[in-house]
Amino acid sequence: MPELIVYGIILGSIIALGTIGFTLSTKIAGFCNYSHGDLMTVGAYIALLVNGTLFSNVGFLQSKIGPLSFGLGLLICFLPAILVSAGLAILIDRWVYRPLRRHGAPSIHFDMVSLGVAFIVRGVIYVIWGADYHFYFKGVRSMLFLPLGIKLRPDEIFIMAVAWALVAVTYLFLGRTRVGKALRATADNPDLARVAGIGTERMITWNWAVVGALAAVSGVLYGIETQLRPEMGWLFLLPLFAALVLGSIGSITGALVGGLVLGMTQQISTAWLKPTYKPAIAFLVMILTLIFKPEGIFGRRR
Amino acid sequence: MAILRVENVVSGYGSMEVLHGLSLEVEEGQVVSMIGPNGAGKTTLLRTIFGVLRPWKGKVYFKEEDISGLPPERLVRMGMAYIPQEYNIFPSLTVQENLEMGAFIREDDYRPRLEEIYELFPDLTDRRQSGAGDLSGGMRQMLAIGRALMLNPELLLLDEPSTGLAPFLVDAILDRIKDLNDQGVSIFMVEQNAYKALQISNRAYVLEGGEKRAEGNAQEMLEDEEIGKLYLGR
Repeated sequence: MPELIVYGIILGSIIALGTIGFTLSTKIAGFCNYSHGDLMTVGAYIALLVNGTLFSNVGFLQSKIGPLSFGLGLLICFLPAILVSAGLAILIDRWVYRPLRRHGAPSIHFDMVSLGVAFIVRGVIYVIWGADYHFYFKGVRSMLFLPLGIKLRPDEIFIMAVAWALVAVTYLFLGRTRVGKALRATADNPDLARVAGIGTERMITWNWAVVGALAAVSGVLYGIETQLRPEMGWLFLLPLFAALVLGSIGSITGALVGGLVLGMTQQISTAWLKPTYKPAIAFLVMILTLIFKPEGIFGRRR
Repeated sequence: MAILRVENVVSGYGSMEVLHGLSLEVEEGQVVSMIGPNGAGKTTLLRTIFGVLRPWKGKVYFKEEDISGLPPERLVRMGMAYIPQEYNIFPSLTVQENLEMGAFIREDDYRPRLEEIYELFPDLTDRRQSGAGDLSGGMRQMLAIGRALMLNPELLLLDEPSTGLAPFLVDAILDRIKDLNDQGVSIFMVEQNAYKALQISNRAYVLEGGEKRAEGNAQEMLEDEEIGKLYLGR
């Protein structure tokens, strides 16, 4: 059981990263972005592309860092992954969502269109990389044996460290900087933000930059933890939804706690249930939340 | 000079016309009220002036410059501020952050202004780091006004500043609005609490069914029997 809790925290950290981005775009862009998971996938594959081509023959970039299974090259690849996912998110907004906003389209149109975007992005990934599984690295991964029978890979400690560092950075960005506060204000009350002179379009662009960056990092981390496949991000969307609802839509703290609780619930459930039921557990949590505490843990009743 | 002039404005939502050709004027330095029953189109009027809605027809001028249909983010830069009736604060931000958002477009140091706002509303000073969503109704209204004042606006548009407040707070808020006017801020407000609004106003308009029913000196309106019977509940 202690082992499952630790695995839950690892999975939860990755879910939390995704959920923070997800909750921001839900409030600021004003719709449920079904292509969020596929932005993760894009980030993961861009890291694979850069690390596997540009860096593949550079010895010092590929030699493993300490007990980790990957080298400096993959660390550097976080950067292009972030840039491409964020850039893609902003471009999709320009080409697709902004014209919809100009028409004053209802949010259901945005939801449906983002679903379409998700399929298109995934389609492109299938075309380029195929349906096969890919790995950032080959060979055996080292394992640490900790007290209480916890077996942990050094990679997983790295994943947690990066996830939490990024959560901290996002927190500081949203809490301390002018743009961060304006993003929260826009998420809170877009009409009032406009009235206060905060340009909505600018904030929407910032939103996609942050969302794309967070998605890219969680994608690469998820790729390190498991493997890369075209539907990795899409399947990740289910726990994201559940974590979003559980933690209250729009609340950053809620996204964090929701992600952790969900990661743990999913992992602990494997003590009794087959791992294939994990997505079902996510939905069960979401449905129970919606029935018994629809405003989520951190929500206000209106 | 008229700081605000509205000429034959037609406006509404979707295909529903709410304002049917409305004209009005606010002289610089004055308090002007728009009174009238629920559903008269008062909020629609403010939203149209402030560019949240586009006028279908007609013109809006700020300091004799045509601002019809300009977006709010442009108008705040010109010296106008608007306080909506509901949802006029950012509930998940702190009090201080709400005020900072009021100064979002300021490139210079806004901190002196922040302190001035705290002096104007001392109750807010002790709650700087409190969540704005936890404030009482009266404090929320003060915060909303404080936010709008961060940019030293020349013209303040207020939507029903006294709604939902306890009677003693209604007086406090209206007094504060009068103070602001004494400091040189021109004020255009819509109010359901017509009697109180007229008491601090120079001029007033009566709006009903999207049309202007009366206009004139606020003091004279207070004394007018017919207006008293119809709109002041006497």
